Amino acid sequence: MENGEQGSAASVKAVEIGVAVAIFLFGALVVFDSYRVGARWGDDGPQAGYFPLYVGLLICFASTAILVRALRNSALAAESFVSRDELKKILTVLVPTVVYVALIAPLGFYLASTLYIAYFMWFLGKYSWAKIAPVSIGVSVAFFLIFEIWFSVPLPKGPLEAALGLN
Amino acid sequence: MEEVNALLQGFGVALSPLNLLLMFVGVILGIIIGVLPGLGGANGVAILLPLTFSMAQQPGGTTSAIILLSCIYWGALFGGAITSILFNIPGEPWSVATTFDGHPLAQLGRAGSALTAAFTSSFIGALIAVIMITFLSPVVAGFALRFGPPEFFSVYLLTFCAFVGMSGGNAAKTIASMMIGFALAAVGLDSVTGTLRLTFGFTSLLKGFDFLIAVIGLFGIGEILETLEEGLAFKGASARINFKVVLETWKELPRYWATSLRSAAVGCFMGIVPGGATPASFMSYGLARRLSKDGNDFGSGKVEGVVAPETAAHAAGTSALLPMITLGVPGSPTAAVLLGGLLIWGLQPGPLLFVEKPDFVWGLIASMYLGNIAGLIVVLTCVPLFAAILRIPFSIIAPVIIVICAIGAYTVHNSMFDVYLMVAFGVLGYAFKKLGYPLAPLVLALVLGDRAEENFRNAIKGSQGDLLVFFSNGLVGGLTSLALLLLFWPLIRAGWRGVLGKS
Repeated sequence: MENGEQGSAASVKAVEIGVAVAIFLFGALVVFDSYRVGARWGDDGPQAGYFPLYVGLLICFASTAILVRALRNSALAAESFVSRDELKKILTVLVPTVVYVALIAPLGFYLASTLYIAYFMWFLGKYSWAKIAPVSIGVSVAFFLIFEIWFSVPLPKGPLEAALGLN
Repeated sequence: MEEVNALLQGFGVALSPLNLLLMFVGVILGIIIGVLPGLGGANGVAILLPLTFSMAQQPGGTTSAIILLSCIYWGALFGGAITSILFNIPGEPWSVATTFDGHPLAQLGRAGSALTAAFTSSFIGALIAVIMITFLSPVVAGFALRFGPPEFFSVYLLTFCAFVGMSGGNAAKTIASMMIGFALAAVGLDSVTGTLRLTFGFTSLLKGFDFLIAVIGLFGIGEILETLEEGLAFKGASARINFKVVLETWKELPRYWATSLRSAAVGCFMGIVPGGATPASFMSYGLARRLSKDGNDFGSGKVEGVVAPETAAHAAGTSALLPMITLGVPGSPTAAVLLGGLLIWGLQPGPLLFVEKPDFVWGLIASMYLGNIAGLIVVLTCVPLFAAILRIPFSIIAPVIIVICAIGAYTVHNSMFDVYLMVAFGVLGYAFKKLGYPLAPLVLALVLGDRAEENFRNAIKGSQGDLLVFFSNGLVGGLTSLALLLLFWPLIRAGWRGVLGKS
């Protein structure tokens, strides 16, 4: 596993600790907010923060236990959480997905989806445009027929649909 | 035999042409969902749930809607076996154990018998679980009619403690995941006091987090990311089932009756106690290996090694609906999504459902029998078609699945914010899965959080803040004690072993 270690982008230990700390902070936030809205006994029963306070405290306790265990376990440092290659692959999917989701509002669902599928086929699948165009457009048209016409569930539309008079 | 009469009436409801059509549509959709990476029972049902909103408003529509959704669930259970056996890729976590003997069988050229054995034992497991539901659920519901807030809270407590004690994973991670679910459920307007909780001034958080969005992101996007790094080469055995193979396998199957019954029992039990289908399938595979005559050959392609996990997984998946319809406590994430559906359609799941909506309940139970028959017919006849789906290249199917997830997330509330949330949940799901945080407790806590809190508040309001209300009578005390027993079960067992070891 020499290679795997060298190519590792993050060890399990580092990620485990990072996630446990993040969870602890989230728990602390819950505790803080529960005190803000009142976690004691009000005039007519428990206040709004009564139940979440315990939830927040349990999050803090559980994440502390995870953190302590991770800090003590030295074997985890050698284990790779994600290799550089894997991380690269994941980012090539995650980044376009974030862009896609951000484009839905300005471009409309169907145009954004067509571009997204086309990008995937071009970048990951290395298809020719002669194959990309019919598949990506065909899928979006199929979704349009299913959702707008068959189930009459409207999805966000943009300038393209306006130009085609489909709004 | 009151149940039998009620069931016959249920068959009357379920056998209408529309409902029969929906059953086949649901099963086929479910198998496709089960076969595709990134889509499974829970998020598949969650994505399709908004499409039933208008259907449920017609008279008798809620029954049709639940039949459609529950049949998607059965289909997804069947579909997981196809990918495990042919491609050695478990489409669902509960079909991991099916790969142990299923894929070797396929490599030996016996894919047909492996698939037949898997489908038939799935069917038998489900059938046994449905029979149990038929006779046990009225009893449980009748019992639960006497429940007040303390009893209901202790049932929730039992559910969540069972997760911690029975899941076998890291208890701290289970608790962390579950409590994050509860905290997310608390976000938004508190219905009792009218206070805003955990919103920090963001108006988009006023309505809180919808668990459907969490399910779609955690299971859908998270799984696509995970599949991506494992590499994308799908090399599958060819899938042909002809009638001769089916008959030959059916002749062989009665030999494993003991394994079937034992696995079904394990499955039914694990399904009701929220441990779920996945541990049930591993447990019964392990039991079968230990108890079978040719246990040592398990893993090299034994039909019995397919029978055991499939029977248990399907029995557990089916019996997870028993606490859902009788108590309103789902036993699995998919059951939780179905429960969410009932709430959206305006039905209150719980013991009163049997009194107020007998048509709905018994129609659903009857459809469980029929849906599984429909499922068996569809899978036995159409396996090559479904296997072909997996031969679609990943670079096409992955973006299409993410687009479907985005549509599903958007249509829940027609809100773009939900789509952004879905992506965030996807990243969370990926990290959690890789670090061994279980996702099911998070989803269940998110679903049940509000009602657990409401019952907790009402219970301690009645007792003026005295927590001993959860031990105030035999019923609630028994439930709470059982919950605590399950919570500390790993410690108790370890202690017991220590005592035995020393003496």
